[in-house]
Amino acid sequence: MSTHDSSSADDGGLVQLLLPDGERIADAGYDKWVADVDDDQLKSLYEDMVVVRRIDTEATALQRQGELGLWPPLIGQEAAQIGSGRTLRQDDFVFASYRENGVAYCRGVEYTDLLRVWRGHTHSGWNPYDINMAPSQVIIGSQTLHATGYALGCQQDGVDTVAISYFGDGATSQGDPNEAMVFAASFQAPVIFFCQNNQWAISEPVGLQARAPIASRAPGFGIPSMRVDGNDVLAVMAATRIALDRARSGNGPTYIEAVTYRMGPHTTSDDPSRYVDVLEREGWQAKDPISRLEAYLQSRGLLTDEFTGRVNATADDVAAKVREGCLGLEPPEPLSVFDHVYSEPTSWLERQKDEYVQYLQTFEGGQ
Amino acid sequence: MPVITYRQALNDTLRAELTRDENVFLIGEEIGQFEGSYKITAGLLDEFGPTRVRDTPIAEEGFVGAAIGAAMMGLRPVAEIMTINFSLIAMDQIVNHAAKIYGMFGGQTPVPMVIRTPGGGGQQLGATHSQNLEVWYAHVPGLKVVAPSTPADAKGLLTAAIRDDDPVIFLENLSLYNTKGEVPDGEQVTEIGKAAIAKEGTDITVIAYSRASVIAVETARKLEEEGISVEVVDLRSLRPLDRQTVCESVRKTSRAVVLEDDWLSYGVGAEISATVMEGAFDYLDAPVRRVAAAEVPLPYAKPMETAALPDAQDLTKVIREQLEATSFFR
Repeated sequence: MSTHDSSSADDGGLVQLLLPDGERIADAGYDKWVADVDDDQLKSLYEDMVVVRRIDTEATALQRQGELGLWPPLIGQEAAQIGSGRTLRQDDFVFASYRENGVAYCRGVEYTDLLRVWRGHTHSGWNPYDINMAPSQVIIGSQTLHATGYALGCQQDGVDTVAISYFGDGATSQGDPNEAMVFAASFQAPVIFFCQNNQWAISEPVGLQARAPIASRAPGFGIPSMRVDGNDVLAVMAATRIALDRARSGNGPTYIEAVTYRMGPHTTSDDPSRYVDVLEREGWQAKDPISRLEAYLQSRGLLTDEFTGRVNATADDVAAKVREGCLGLEPPEPLSVFDHVYSEPTSWLERQKDEYVQYLQTFEGGQ
Repeated sequence: MPVITYRQALNDTLRAELTRDENVFLIGEEIGQFEGSYKITAGLLDEFGPTRVRDTPIAEEGFVGAAIGAAMMGLRPVAEIMTINFSLIAMDQIVNHAAKIYGMFGGQTPVPMVIRTPGGGGQQLGATHSQNLEVWYAHVPGLKVVAPSTPADAKGLLTAAIRDDDPVIFLENLSLYNTKGEVPDGEQVTEIGKAAIAKEGTDITVIAYSRASVIAVETARKLEEEGISVEVVDLRSLRPLDRQTVCESVRKTSRAVVLEDDWLSYGVGAEISATVMEGAFDYLDAPVRRVAAAEVPLPYAKPMETAALPDAQDLTKVIREQLEATSFFR
């Protein structure tokens, strides 16, 4: 047995409001932060989680059909992303990695914009300032510093906007997130470090990154932390609201470790059957974030056929739009390669562009 | 025109820009209370307070990354990296983020930031603290790299860099901080990407930047007494590079020498050489020569350090060789 497999993956000390079987348990410290979540909101959270999972399966299918070059599935992490993403204010700013399609959905991203990168058309799918979310960051952990710097700017401007940075358990070994924590603590920056511990950094188990629970590092930096059940949408909401409130009231950063599980591959290029134990996966399957909320809705008499039928129809409708949008994406013009290197084009680059124009003109039709 | 030091020109410019635009702020190690290792930020903490002049933890990757985030938020950070040697720790944030965010985010997110940092040897600071790594950054699309040699250009280029919407590496030099020169009063913006004719001449062109440009001008003045007319092109910007001014000068003089403090192989001189080959080949009477640092880790001991760095004697020798080899023309 590996010496790295489980040391930081046990469930001890987890904040939970919904048990895996759907039972709602009381927690004096956290309940008040989700006291406003009524039946309609519960149903809406459920719908969002079902829809982003459906987007995910559709995108994975598009990749398998050769329509996308790559896709990083979020399956298993819907509660962590919807629970946190839904608590943010419109003016808050998200700095995510590449798997936060659920968070992007909460920010109101156009479905097609989720796919541009993965169809190989652009480096980013949307205007960051339209949805206050930076596009995917594929260098591991570097966005934590950008979030911290953005938060310093908010502080300087005297606004109560919060920056939130999403990253995974693998990123916690990188320098940037650790430096970001030093800076955030020193300047009491209004930033949230949201670690989705999905147990795997491609094939490396979390125990290789951390011998102790990841959340236990933050207090050493002077940052309060919470370790929440990342498959419990209510616990994630409560923790994120606590962190947002702390940041907005000038009391600095918070670190949240959402303990979850990557039910799929790292990306569609990965084959986890080579390294994931079947029993481990089955154990997490039983803690699935959607089935747990479903059970809770059932216990409250909210899971009617009419409701689930409507949610599934919405999900299918979104999936159809995702597919249609994907197939409708036109590849960019080759000459746009020279755009956006500098805010004003340089003559040297213009010359290189002109040379390429002349080259293209040697082909029939000049394309 | 007032005569001030290069250091004072930088300090005055930072003060002027902090006053002009409240979005400008300084960030770096030891820049506040300690006023910077080279005192470029002297007095600014007292004047503008700790939010505008921000001392940071000792983490270059950290404050460069935070500066990028602040720039994305609409601020104009001016980061000081104590020496260019320490910028290696911030390489990922500079090369993968500062230089690329504007393009990767579809031209929607400018990163208007400046990284001020001194390079250069000659101070007996040893191999890890004396390097000339500007070409590493000059290689990267998305970055601009400027390297002023005079107090006036220090002012004009720093002003331009702070007002520029792209990330600019602003290369200073340890041996230039105490040099003096005339600096015009009032607003002075030097266009990034424009070289200067630091001295006019007709017999040979010396192309240089930063400290090397000062040496080139001094050498040119001495040789003038012997009737040798040297033109000095001070590049001022390494990226974008003013190829036109370089080539026009070489077309006039037909001879070119590059003086550079960095290592010879793959250095700035290699790019200038190629530029002259492409833009003035038919005008050349001799191959382009390069006078650069010996390709060794820069030594600690003074005699060894002096041996490794290019100086006026090395340059004079190569200029004479060039002229002798082409004396048929004179």
